Amino acid sequence: MPTILIDNRELTIPAGQKLNAIEAARMLGIKIPHYCWHPGLSIVGSCRMCLVEIGSRDPKSGKITMQPKLMPACNTLATDNLVVVTDSEKVAHARAMVEEGLLLRHPVDCPICDKAGECKLQDYYFKYGQDERRADIRPFTSRRRDLGDVTLFVDRCVMCSRCVRFANEVSGTSELMITGRGAHEEINVVPGYPLNNKLSGNVVDLCPVGALGDKDFLYKQRVWFLESHPSVCTGCSTGCSIWIEENQDRIYRIKPRQNPFVNQWWICNDGRYDYPHVHDARRVTQPRGSTADWTTLPGQLREALQSAGRLAAVVSPFLSVEEAYLLCKLIRDIDKNAVLALGPVPTVGEDERFPKGFIISAEKCPNRRGVEAVLAYFSGQVTGFEELLSEIDLGQIQGAWVSGGYKADWIGLATAARFQRLKLLVVQDLFPSPLMEIATHALPGAAYAERPGSYVNRNDRLQTAAQAIRPPAGVRTEGSLLWELSCRKGLYSPGAVLTEVAREIGYFSAALGPVPETGVDLKANLLAQASPVQPNQA
Amino acid sequence: MSYQPVLLANIHKKDSHALAVYQAGGGYRALRQVLKEMSPKDVVELVKSSGLRGRGGAGFPTGMKWSFLPENHPGPIYFCVNADESEPGTFVNRVQMERDPHQVLEGIIISCYATRASTAYIYLRYEYPLCLRRMQSAIEECYAAGLLGKNILGSPFSLDVHIHRGAAAYVCGEETGLIESIEGRRAWPRIKPPFPAVEGLFRKPTVVNNIETMACVTQIAERGAAWFRSIGTPPEPNNPRDPGSFGPKLFGLSGHVNRPGCYEAPLGITLRQLVEEFGGGVWKGRRAKAAVLGGLSTGVVTAGEFDTPMDFSGPLRAGCLGLGTGCVVVFDETYSMVDFLHNSCRFFAHESCGQCTPCREGTHWALQMLNRIQAGRGRLKDLELLLEIGDSIGIMPGTTICGLADGAAWPIKTAVRKFRDEFEEYVARTNPEGYLDTTPVPGMGTPQSLYSIA
Repeated sequence: MPTILIDNRELTIPAGQKLNAIEAARMLGIKIPHYCWHPGLSIVGSCRMCLVEIGSRDPKSGKITMQPKLMPACNTLATDNLVVVTDSEKVAHARAMVEEGLLLRHPVDCPICDKAGECKLQDYYFKYGQDERRADIRPFTSRRRDLGDVTLFVDRCVMCSRCVRFANEVSGTSELMITGRGAHEEINVVPGYPLNNKLSGNVVDLCPVGALGDKDFLYKQRVWFLESHPSVCTGCSTGCSIWIEENQDRIYRIKPRQNPFVNQWWICNDGRYDYPHVHDARRVTQPRGSTADWTTLPGQLREALQSAGRLAAVVSPFLSVEEAYLLCKLIRDIDKNAVLALGPVPTVGEDERFPKGFIISAEKCPNRRGVEAVLAYFSGQVTGFEELLSEIDLGQIQGAWVSGGYKADWIGLATAARFQRLKLLVVQDLFPSPLMEIATHALPGAAYAERPGSYVNRNDRLQTAAQAIRPPAGVRTEGSLLWELSCRKGLYSPGAVLTEVAREIGYFSAALGPVPETGVDLKANLLAQASPVQPNQA
Repeated sequence: MSYQPVLLANIHKKDSHALAVYQAGGGYRALRQVLKEMSPKDVVELVKSSGLRGRGGAGFPTGMKWSFLPENHPGPIYFCVNADESEPGTFVNRVQMERDPHQVLEGIIISCYATRASTAYIYLRYEYPLCLRRMQSAIEECYAAGLLGKNILGSPFSLDVHIHRGAAAYVCGEETGLIESIEGRRAWPRIKPPFPAVEGLFRKPTVVNNIETMACVTQIAERGAAWFRSIGTPPEPNNPRDPGSFGPKLFGLSGHVNRPGCYEAPLGITLRQLVEEFGGGVWKGRRAKAAVLGGLSTGVVTAGEFDTPMDFSGPLRAGCLGLGTGCVVVFDETYSMVDFLHNSCRFFAHESCGQCTPCREGTHWALQMLNRIQAGRGRLKDLELLLEIGDSIGIMPGTTICGLADGAAWPIKTAVRKFRDEFEEYVARTNPEGYLDTTPVPGMGTPQSLYSIA
């Protein structure tokens, strides 16, 4: 294992890890400023902000020899006996000069810049910059250029070329380029070929300054008002880790959350701009039925379920593992022979794959795998939606609980009409649908950002999402309603339910204990669980 | 002078660019001998023992550069010849390619044989149309004569030579910028490591050598390493890192001299000899004030430093970047160093590729200041700032990827330090009210007008 020396502190790098000096220093809590380097992109070493002094230590005598020149830390591999100095006067001077250079022609229009507050140029200036402006160059105005999916503020750019490399290497679409030379360089696109790909939103996150603006977020909110909540994207079965950023229960933007096992540093535009449905005015926000009062409704629902006869539940693939478990358990507790069916799984086209491995899945729901595992545990098999419909047609079922959560129309008039013959129909969903029209109890559902819970992605990785915002008034989340209906005490606790699930269902056993930020891999348990699960046996 | 030109021996013959003329003078004899009698390793050893150092500017030992190539590399090895001669004041490669293209080509074939390269690219600057025609016809003659192509002269060695015409960017003369440009990309020099010898053109091991180096290889193969070492300056005894400066060198002489031109002389000749004996002295009977001694980027020397020997270590002692291309521009006593520096800064600000922050912004900032100084709004404080910019950009302090910023910095450093009195006098004379001012001044110039030719 290589041992290196950073600012007189020893660091042993774990075997098999290939780190550069920036990453190695980070392990010691030493921050090396950088603009152009990004772990997900190739190294160009052009911003020169990460310059450090490099040397080597003779393993025998311990004598340290320093190189006379400054070297970029991003291109310095942490090999054995490397010596890195980041706090010398020489390094500080180089950083100050780079910072001064970058600000020569920068418009310094922070008051109207979206990036202000999370801008590297600001942060580094306060930390490493000079206190006096010595240049007498009149800053340019902040010219705006439409690049397609994003807006470029030409003069704020520091030419780190991250966005250009992203378009070349990660999205593989190469729309962006640099035109001009020297101080006249600008990011641009070929006329008629705008930046237009499904990963384009990432260039805004990559931009260390305010040059690339997200058209969706532009001028909507100052970033220091935003609060970030770790969550999981429910746009498709890839299940990217995300940050939901909100202010006072309104989501303003969604950003990727680094997860080496799922999405690395990226998310697709579908997921990034997926939040407007949460604040859609058409959402159902009040329960409708015999009574619309949440204080008495749970008791009535329970009574109605108990007296309905043979029950069925449609478990939506948008439900979290905890909610699916609570629903199945509730229905099975009331009726031992209840039919548990998987809700329709929306699929669009085929999986889209990108050069560096990013996948946008065709399956546009977050938790089919998790719900299937819960269903298999309770009923020994996964009943499809069509099978359930035919059983209803045969008159074998009298009452049903249908969970929705779909972001678009998911059930047509003809299908909904087949539920007409049921004595009891409870529907909990986000948007009005033909099924809601005929429901005996139509309950408003909560959107993904409003519900805490766990999702299992296409690769059997379970990730936990926190509740980011509160649901609109009148809406109770699926979890808390089911929790109350199950006669459990206190407030809904998804953690307690997940522990229960992990104890009872072999597939989820890896989720016992705290789930790390990047999730847990449930695949290991698939091998242990070679024999099919028996119904109602743990 | 007792020295007989070798590299330029052919150029005055009629049709010196034709294969027949070149062969009549003994051309391609060395190549035949190398292919028949020597292994590639022998050639590398021969060049190593000759002490040949690259003529492009940095003076890196050529044999050593070749030996960095990985041994037994399974894939292709590429050989690039740098004919992107864009250094201001420099024109010697042009003379060679126009007048004696076969001497260069023979060197290329021998060098490719030594480095086991099967494809060579000549990166030719756009502004040399005659060179393009002469080199192209020389290559075609060689193909027709079996000197290029499959199984050269019946040996198992095959080689293809292509000319790649640049698009007139100075930075393409930097070896990795040149490689990027051949690959069809924007000429942004690459960060090293990996060095081109390991991962160069098309991510394969690559050697990049200068045109003049190639001609020297031809002469070393023809006349031997001992002959080469008999010319030039031996290593300094008290500097173990100095490999010496051996061999003949082409010197371009321009500016205020009576006989400007391209001359051949042994390395180590003094600047004064060059100007007096070859150039016929400063024109119009005036005295010299300064000279750029190896292309603009090496900086300036004063008239008092004219005894600087023109070898790889002499210019360093005179505070210059190095020998550079060995092309001298002489300024007479009437010439303003402020104008010189303004011109220099304009060139480098225009040619900076814009990749590294210190170079992109530093060259631009320096130009802005000189624009203002020239316009009569300079201040003494600006000279300090100029020096600070000069001292903090380039690969010498380590703040940039390639040496373009060093090239921009050295004229600033040498001109302002060596001609400080003149700068101060200029500032005080043109801005008598404000030359002592230290408060920030409003900027001048718009982006459109910055580089307009005044």
